[in-house]
Amino acid sequence: MNEPVLQMKDLHVDFSTYAGTVNAVRGVSFDVYKGETLAIVGESGSGKSVTNQAIMKLLPQPPAIYSSGEILFDGKNLLDLSEKQMEKVRGKDISMIFQDPMTSLNPTMKIGKQITEVMLKHQKISKNDAKKRALELMKMVGIPMPERRLNQYPHEFSGGMRQRVVIAIALAADPKLLIADEPTTALDVTIQAQILDVMKEIQKSSQTSIIFITHDLGVVANVADRVAVMYAGEIVEVGTVEDIFYNPQHPYTWGLLGSMPDLNEDRDQRLRTIEGSPPDLTDPPKGDAFAPRNPYAMKIDYEQNPPMFKVNDQHFAKTWRLHPDAPETEIPDIIKNRYLQYTGGDN
Amino acid sequence: MVKYIGQRLIYIIIALFIIITATFFLMRLAPGNPFASERTVPPAIQESLNEKYGLDDPWYVQYGEYLVNTVQGDFGTSMKYRYRETNDMIAEGFPISMTLGLEAMFIAVGMGVLIGTIAALFHNKWPDYLMSLIAVIGISVPSFVMASILQYYLALKAGWFPIAGWEGFIYSILPAVALASTPMAFIAKLTRSSMLEETNSEYVKMAKAKGISKWVVVFKHALRNALLPVVTYLAPLTAGIITGSFVIEEIFAIPGMGKYFVTSITNRDYTVIMGTTVFYSIILLLAVLLVDILYSFIDPRIKLRGGKSGGK
Repeated sequence: MNEPVLQMKDLHVDFSTYAGTVNAVRGVSFDVYKGETLAIVGESGSGKSVTNQAIMKLLPQPPAIYSSGEILFDGKNLLDLSEKQMEKVRGKDISMIFQDPMTSLNPTMKIGKQITEVMLKHQKISKNDAKKRALELMKMVGIPMPERRLNQYPHEFSGGMRQRVVIAIALAADPKLLIADEPTTALDVTIQAQILDVMKEIQKSSQTSIIFITHDLGVVANVADRVAVMYAGEIVEVGTVEDIFYNPQHPYTWGLLGSMPDLNEDRDQRLRTIEGSPPDLTDPPKGDAFAPRNPYAMKIDYEQNPPMFKVNDQHFAKTWRLHPDAPETEIPDIIKNRYLQYTGGDN
Repeated sequence: MVKYIGQRLIYIIIALFIIITATFFLMRLAPGNPFASERTVPPAIQESLNEKYGLDDPWYVQYGEYLVNTVQGDFGTSMKYRYRETNDMIAEGFPISMTLGLEAMFIAVGMGVLIGTIAALFHNKWPDYLMSLIAVIGISVPSFVMASILQYYLALKAGWFPIAGWEGFIYSILPAVALASTPMAFIAKLTRSSMLEETNSEYVKMAKAKGISKWVVVFKHALRNALLPVVTYLAPLTAGIITGSFVIEEIFAIPGMGKYFVTSITNRDYTVIMGTTVFYSIILLLAVLLVDILYSFIDPRIKLRGGKSGGK
């Protein structure tokens, strides 16, 4: 495998609030390699967005505190950079696609200006050339009649078209890393598919690395090379898409996969859920944060936070289940059945 | 756009007609007349005066004549000051009032937006509290009190400014500040809250994610959106400045229109009352129209269209 573009090492992010300090991100480490898509999945409040806004240092300080860890990009620790130095990284080396295209564009600025603004900031380029490049980008992300669209305002675009504009802006300065924070959540399903296609195509042609944050496992299966599952501010399992979908090891991953609706199932089957709710991170639990919701929890789960256990070279999971002394637990039938469904028989 | 403005002008004419009519009858309903004073006027003189100014005609004749004259732009001769045309009084007083009014508006908008923006950018830090304090003082202290304080401390005690009169730019500063203080405070509050909302919005975060620096984000992205409520406030602001100027002109002895407006009412100087009222109404109605047009330039989402047919 080639060298990593971004290395996050044991990142801790806290928020000081009136109710106390919230440990939103509790020791997250991962690498992003050149040209790959890493999906980060997890339920709301698991720290996915905070982790990624930390990369851009977009979290307002206070209340956010980067208490420890390193985010290495291009050999530099982003957490050590000043605000002025960060401005040169944002939009140029690392850019971001936001969740809701209805609010992420400035309503009183022409689309063309919003796209060229990034290039004029980061590249030595004339206004005219920037405009030409903006037209190219708009064509690339599939906006028809770009010459006319350039002089329009966001309210003249539909949601899907706006998200294409946002993608064009994110790509304008040829970033090495693109962070997409639930880019399809606010869109309807057909538009979702189109946007995902646009992103996949762009990645193929530009070899940009993508961090794709989502809670939609269907989207993950569609776009990701590798998947990191987050729970309560920690990564609990990381591996290739195949590892995560076909050979998941962490009970939380089982729960997530199990709660995915399945078209092949009996219609009377009720949707499965993971019982309980995530822990309060103002006072994180001593042991495994998932233990109270984990039907397979052992005594040690309540007492000690498990380390990452290696499943194979790329697949790691943070559960005592994988300790050599742990008793055998079977992967639940539903996951196994699904695996059989996808691999054998009816394709 | 042209159709829209045409339509609005028609509304303005209708509004003016209603204003003229209402003023005319309210004025006549009020007791007294231009020639009533402490000394009783002999009935013979009273009658001849009434005849001279047409006050002995039935009300509908007076009303009709008045409408015709107004449409022709002639507000008539003052009934109190002999040989003084109302039009001349307006022509004399209005430029002074306008200078004062525009100066006050400039201060109110400029300082208000500046104070509001600073307060928002330093949200919950000392500049914010200081700016909020200034705003609260501005809103709660009436302009005439502000005027007296300014006169006492800055003019009388410190001697930096003349106390009253109208003989040059330096004379206009204190009255303009006094007139502007309340609307300025209001605009500051308005700007602060809308600026806070804008700086927490997604597009500002996105602009930051593009690598744009904090101040450029504020001035190029957030400010224009934050100013929309302020622009809406410009029309009532114009009204406030106009009515406020009556008092301020009196305190600073400024020979503007406000003086004529107020004294004409106590004098029952019918022609001057009508003239100044109609003139102020026109200014106000045009100001409202101007603000609406301005709004469409600042916010591209607003399109001015005439009638119901333009629902594209």
